[in-house]
Amino acid sequence: MATYLEFIQQNEERDGVRFSWNVWPSSRLEATRMVVPLACLLTPLKERPDLPPVQYEPVLCSRPTCKACNIDMPALIKLFPSFQFPPAYGGISEVNQPAELMPQFSTIEYMIQRGAQSPLIFLYVVDTCLEEDDLQALKESLQMSLSLLPPDALVGLITFGRMVQVHELSCEGISKSYVFRGTKDLTAKQIQDMLGLTKPAMPMQQARPVQPQEHPFASTRFLQPVHKIDMNLTDLLGELQRDPWPVTQGKRPLRSTGVALSIAVGLLEGTFPNTGARIMLFTGGPPTQGPGMVVGDELKIPIRSWHDIEKDNARFMKKATKHYEMLANRTAANGHCIDIYACALDQTGLLEMKCCANLTGGYMVMGDSFNTSLFKQTFQRIFTKDFNGDFRMAFGATLDVKTSRELKIAGAIGPCVSLNVKGPCVSENELGVGGTSQWKICGLDPTSTLGIYFEVVNQHNAPIPQGGRGAIQFVTHYQHSSTQRRIRVTTIARNWADVQSQLRHIEAAFDQEAAAVLMARLGVFRAESEEGPDVLRWLDRQLIRLCQKFGQYNKEDPTSFRLSDSFSLYPQFMFHLRRSPFLQVFNNSPDESSYYRHHFARQDLTQSLIMIQPILYSYSFHGPPEPVLLDSSSILADRILLMDTFFQIVIYLGETIAQWRKAGYQDMPEYENFKHLLQAPLDDAQEILQARFPMPRYINTEHGGSQARFLLSKVNPSQTHNNLYAWGQVRNFQVFGEDAKLTE
Amino acid sequence: MNVNQSVPPVPSFGQPQPVYPGYHQSSYGGQSGSTAPTIPYGAYNGPVPGYQQTPPQGMSRAPPSSGAPPSSTAQAPCGQAAYGQFGQGDVQNGPSSTVQMQRLPGSQPFGSPLAPVGNQPAVLQPYGPPPTSAQVTAQLSGMQISGAVAPAPPSSGLGYGPPTSLASASGSFPNSGLYGSYPQGQAPPLSQAQGHPGIQTPQRSAPSQASGFTPPASGGPRLPSMTGPLLPGQSFGGPSVSQPNHVSSPPPQALPPGTQMTGPLGPLPPMHSPQQPGYQPQQNGSFGPTRGPQPNYGSPYPAAPTFGSQSGPQPLPPKRLDPDAIPSPIQVIEDDRNNRGTEPFVTGVRGQVPPLVTTNFLVKDQGNASPRYIRCTSYNIPCTSDMAKQAQVPLAAVIKPLARLPPEEASPYVVDHGESGPLRCNRCKAYMCPFMQFIEGGRRFQCCFCSCINDVPPQYFQHLDHTGKRVDAYDRPELSLGSYEFLATVDYCKNSKFPSPPAFIFMIDVSYNAIRTGLVRLLCEELKSLLDFLPREGGAEESAIRVGFVTYNKVLHFYNVKSSLAQPQMMVVSDVADMFVPLLDGFLVNVNESRAVITSLLDQIPEMFADTRETETVFVPVIQAGMEALKAAECAGKLFLFHTSLPIAEAPGKLKNRDDRKLINTDKEKTLFQPQTGAYQTLAKECVAQGCCVDLFLFPNQYVDVATLSVVPQLTGGSVYKYACFQVENDQERFLSDLRRDVQKVVGFDAVMRVRTSTGIRAVDFFGAFYMSNTTDVELAGLDGDKTVTVEFKHDDRLNEESGALLQCALLYTSCAGQRRLRIHNLALNCCTQLADLYRNCETDTLINYMAKFAYRGVLNSPVKAVRDTLITQCAQILACYRKNCASPSSAGQLILPECMKLLPVYLNCVLKSDVLQPGAEITTDDRAYVRQLVTSMDVAETNVFFYPRLLSLTKSPIESTTEPPAVRASEERLSNGDMYLLENGLNLFLWVGASVQQGVVQSLFSVSSFSQITSGLVRARSQGNMGVEKLGQYHILCHVS
Repeated sequence: MATYLEFIQQNEERDGVRFSWNVWPSSRLEATRMVVPLACLLTPLKERPDLPPVQYEPVLCSRPTCKACNIDMPALIKLFPSFQFPPAYGGISEVNQPAELMPQFSTIEYMIQRGAQSPLIFLYVVDTCLEEDDLQALKESLQMSLSLLPPDALVGLITFGRMVQVHELSCEGISKSYVFRGTKDLTAKQIQDMLGLTKPAMPMQQARPVQPQEHPFASTRFLQPVHKIDMNLTDLLGELQRDPWPVTQGKRPLRSTGVALSIAVGLLEGTFPNTGARIMLFTGGPPTQGPGMVVGDELKIPIRSWHDIEKDNARFMKKATKHYEMLANRTAANGHCIDIYACALDQTGLLEMKCCANLTGGYMVMGDSFNTSLFKQTFQRIFTKDFNGDFRMAFGATLDVKTSRELKIAGAIGPCVSLNVKGPCVSENELGVGGTSQWKICGLDPTSTLGIYFEVVNQHNAPIPQGGRGAIQFVTHYQHSSTQRRIRVTTIARNWADVQSQLRHIEAAFDQEAAAVLMARLGVFRAESEEGPDVLRWLDRQLIRLCQKFGQYNKEDPTSFRLSDSFSLYPQFMFHLRRSPFLQVFNNSPDESSYYRHHFARQDLTQSLIMIQPILYSYSFHGPPEPVLLDSSSILADRILLMDTFFQIVIYLGETIAQWRKAGYQDMPEYENFKHLLQAPLDDAQEILQARFPMPRYINTEHGGSQARFLLSKVNPSQTHNNLYAWGQVRNFQVFGEDAKLTE
Repeated sequence: MNVNQSVPPVPSFGQPQPVYPGYHQSSYGGQSGSTAPTIPYGAYNGPVPGYQQTPPQGMSRAPPSSGAPPSSTAQAPCGQAAYGQFGQGDVQNGPSSTVQMQRLPGSQPFGSPLAPVGNQPAVLQPYGPPPTSAQVTAQLSGMQISGAVAPAPPSSGLGYGPPTSLASASGSFPNSGLYGSYPQGQAPPLSQAQGHPGIQTPQRSAPSQASGFTPPASGGPRLPSMTGPLLPGQSFGGPSVSQPNHVSSPPPQALPPGTQMTGPLGPLPPMHSPQQPGYQPQQNGSFGPTRGPQPNYGSPYPAAPTFGSQSGPQPLPPKRLDPDAIPSPIQVIEDDRNNRGTEPFVTGVRGQVPPLVTTNFLVKDQGNASPRYIRCTSYNIPCTSDMAKQAQVPLAAVIKPLARLPPEEASPYVVDHGESGPLRCNRCKAYMCPFMQFIEGGRRFQCCFCSCINDVPPQYFQHLDHTGKRVDAYDRPELSLGSYEFLATVDYCKNSKFPSPPAFIFMIDVSYNAIRTGLVRLLCEELKSLLDFLPREGGAEESAIRVGFVTYNKVLHFYNVKSSLAQPQMMVVSDVADMFVPLLDGFLVNVNESRAVITSLLDQIPEMFADTRETETVFVPVIQAGMEALKAAECAGKLFLFHTSLPIAEAPGKLKNRDDRKLINTDKEKTLFQPQTGAYQTLAKECVAQGCCVDLFLFPNQYVDVATLSVVPQLTGGSVYKYACFQVENDQERFLSDLRRDVQKVVGFDAVMRVRTSTGIRAVDFFGAFYMSNTTDVELAGLDGDKTVTVEFKHDDRLNEESGALLQCALLYTSCAGQRRLRIHNLALNCCTQLADLYRNCETDTLINYMAKFAYRGVLNSPVKAVRDTLITQCAQILACYRKNCASPSSAGQLILPECMKLLPVYLNCVLKSDVLQPGAEITTDDRAYVRQLVTSMDVAETNVFFYPRLLSLTKSPIESTTEPPAVRASEERLSNGDMYLLENGLNLFLWVGASVQQGVVQSLFSVSSFSQITSGLVRARSQGNMGVEKLGQYHILCHVS
């Protein structure tokens, strides 16, 4: 088994791929009986320091319907029987093999030299209906970001409040902006007309041949190279004022987020279609007017809650969602992405706007204020660079998946949109976003991960010969942050196995972590459109079926139930998943749910697992920190707990520890070890904080502290009001849980 | 023979119907066509007999109407016939039948009376001889006869026919045609007029007469003295009265007995050919061509051009009426200046006719509003509507509520009644005024307008003296003055909130045209200094008015000029379909606080757009933006729009070029004056609701559709300025001085004006730049000291001769400092039961003001020709009524003019010939629309000089003299080749240089050596000497090449 674990890990490191099954059941029927579908988590841009980009273009399989790239191992060539070497490969010899024919290059990255390189574009869309200090903090962050941008990147600025202002950055002296009413929905054409981006008909026709060159020129007024207008923009940002329109008592400020986004999308659509661009929306509250409004400006009417939504009482939700979906789709079609940075104490309409980030691969960041390190550092982290000094972001990617003919593609779940490319390898059964073999991922980073689901279509009566392998190739075209076009090709092959005869084999090749995440993604995907309980029931049923299939037990004897090692953790993941905010909306606002789900749908396997089952470390004098069960039984008076839920980092001091600290022992030299004990979790937390994106909420609490709820809500309620006394009344606290418990 | 001939037609005319319908054909066909040749001759012959009869005419005087006819045989028939008809048909039959007669005579008579006037010297002589009025009348009659004769035939169909008709027949007819419109019963008056020539002078004191007409001719020689006495008793001595009126007529008689003779004779030959040419001279204002003119008349109208036609007339002088015979406006003005310019006009007496607008005089307010505020067409109103209808004299008041006063006169006192506000009648809501009657020892007062009895509030109580006057009457402006102001309470404010100070928004077209001409640079440069001179109230340190700036082409650019900014910020709004104001704070600012930013902005605007290629502009969204800005700032204000081209960009209010000269003189001509779309009216309405006044400066170099663009300024109480083909070097001074004046002038905002009157009459119609949402309240988004509202009154009951008629004009407005005020003007008029009283207290200038406005509004709805006819008809009716009821009888062909209306025909003719009513070939549609709207809010002085321009002879007075050069009658014939003239009508200034003017003058003025080197066009005046022109800066030069 260890071999499989190594294999899995090695594959992940090399290709960024984790399959739920690493040996594939060879017939359709058997595959469906396996409960967990054949699927994989693909991290298309997984960082591969050891992977040198190849400076030439890939060779394509010459059969028009296939077009697979060259494959890593010569052995695989036979899997694509029609493959023929093109003439260029005439000089192949044992000594001089192209990289793609070497086994260690199952993933290969090509750089494409042709085509104009267009600079990256960053369009800031800034809400001015903020509190003074919030706005100030935001302005500083934005100014700071200018120094982080690639110098030749183009930047643009749109501010909005009651009106929407598109700032012209090129002009000297007088600062100039185009102003739009915040209540009027404009078509892309209108926006471009009003911004003067369309040229009169006559010159247009004449200029058509040279149009590509003119492109940058036409748009220079609103999008300028950072190095040119660095100072200007810094001043401009510095002079930004709060929205001047008076807000009367009992009203929300009028915020035209919908129109502002629409204009941002329209602006880029008209000027830089299909080039890498980020629209970065900074908002401090819900849209309150115009298309995409989420709540009215009357403060006495609160923004919708889950309760309202269930009661069908959220009057603006559908319309707003539709508006943002339309924008998101347009943006995706243009290859741009939208980030949403929403910082407010109340909801800001992320529920309605989520698709903007979800469909375009943009980021979604939620905080309480722009004046928090959570926002500031998260924002800063967007511009971090990798070992090559390149920004860890890529744009306008298309993911093309090809399979050998025993497989078909059922769908994908992740920050992508379908490109609606039908083909022989596209299944009719959809899981996630299906019906296509290509997806567009407008914005992605090295951790962006998609779940891709397959269907085995090989019929039971047409067995695959022993030792047969199935192959899948992932081809990702993208624009690197250096503005180069690149293609990364990953080719995977796995053995087929007959379930009847080789069930153990298959069992052993089960990747329970990947499977848990993949199932969770399916569940979350369903939860977006279905009622919560239905999804839970579905998950339960899947778990039960899986246990039936792979568990060993005697009927009527619960204690006899056993799962093999490769399945042992799976039920636990499912348990925590059921309780996670991804499926439970209780105690979360619709915005929070959207936020959590957004991140769940894009993070890689490790992070996803943390999200499903938070990690709990226990620190004590008894030894080095150790991971403990996420269970209320782990909460002990003389321990310090560090919990990482991905979104929060909680440090919890047990009762005794808290008392000691209160008594100030840590300051006494003779208790230096206590001081170290206190410090240890802080250091570890800091380490996590440094690495994570988005920056988690950092909570430092103690026994009885109000913030302890973050811990208590996560742990398995093994001790509750029901069984508290049965456990001998050792504990003076209860954990309330609403459903199943893991232990018992 | 002739007479006989004429006679028969008369009866036929008696039948009203034939007259009108038949005009063209019947008359022509029947008489002109067939007998034409004979008839005209006959007609002329007629005159001769007339002369013979002249003595009898003299007789005629005595026997006012009837007498004359009997005496004269030949005439008798005519005259009698005419009179008889009148008598019989009174108005209808008489008039209709006589119409034709009248017309002809009318024209003739004019000629005759005028002639005397003009020929002052001649007149003297004539007077000498003619002491016997008989002769005069005889002449006149002769004139008449000729006219009469001619008319008879033409009368039937000629009315209109003349122009078309053959020269031969029409010669005489044309006149009739013209006057034909006068239709009813004028004929008789005309005849009378002739007889009355003397009357005019008599009406006023002898001296005045002299001055009025022909100084030399002054009454001395005349019998006027005789008439003078008679005048007082006009009612009594109809005849005598008539004589004085016609002072003018007698002179001609005297002079031209010979000429007259010739005249009549002359006419015969000329009649055939000369008609048209002859006409023109008449247009010049000379009705003079007595006989000749008749023929001329027909032609002149059509041709009408004042100057152009000159050539024609000149050759024909002998055949025409003598232009000098027409009453001279110059003389009338001069006389009035001399007589009334010296003493202040004290308004204490009810129904006083003020001096003419051309006279400089001071006003002392003693209970009635100064004529600077209100002028009436008549200061004596008929008691009944019947009388008013009979006289046809429009009853109207020209009100200029915020008129500027000369420094010697105090502006109205401001009365503050505290929280209770001004005291008003409970029923009709009239404000307390000097005419309110306090009764019951001062505890109550009776409203002078509606007679309602109101309690006097305790805090206002005061005892009465023995005359029933309040003891404090002279301490309270509202009890002793004609004009005063109240501070308004919050009840008088919009939304029950005191207004905030108004704002000025400058909205500058920065399209290619505006940049290219240098307009934008000029304007921005000027604004920098001009902003220091915004209107301020009283002794205020700085103006309370805030300013804002917008530039635009096809999109709008707003500017944030907040004082805290280092640089102005520009905000572009391209959503012109749905205009809004993109900023709140920093758009409207105090000039002093934001001076640096504003200066920087004005410096940068020309630079920013220097390379613009944008030629399209919008218009409605611009005004909308300004209005929205004011709305957002919750204040009233004024927009200054500087616009260059037809707004063809895609936006609300988009216009297309619809200029079509082919429409002129068709029924569709009126569409040229109507706005293209309703969007402008809708917008104007919104502006008025917000108190947003729009001043429009236009700089077109082609058609911009002034008719449509001026709708908003027109309805919001704004002004329109137009500088066609603007060029900085030529038009800069004119534009800048207009701009300075416009920006600096005191203005009231968000105003509502209401005119209340005594029971019996009622304000029924209003003319001017304003908007009315109901029938009584005149709403003015803005009102400045130049804007005038003309109000027409109609009877709805009887007036009382004793109590007279009172007018109270109340204007509620926001001052330029943001204070809400009420300005009250009161005026008391007399009432009369005798028409003669009415005619003695009229004001021709005001009448013309009203009639012009009435006609100019008429062109929106009726064909221009119909409008002109209406004017002519009304004038004829006024004069006919006078002749019939107030003048002594005289021969039928003689025109009789009331003294105070003796310029009416001349002036009216000027109105008829104005560009709007009779476009010349070079007049653009835009110019007509521009002038049309301009006249709508003109006051009396402006219309006076606009329609009868001042013509100053420049070389007649020594260059060093500081007095104004002598005025000359505005007739081309008066221009001498050796002289230079300046012509001004308040709008344009022309310098006319005679071909043989002294070379030295040419050299010094134009820096060229000879006349032929002067280029036509605009030149800058060089400050040479002080011909009263250098202050005017620049003017057109017309080179007289002959």
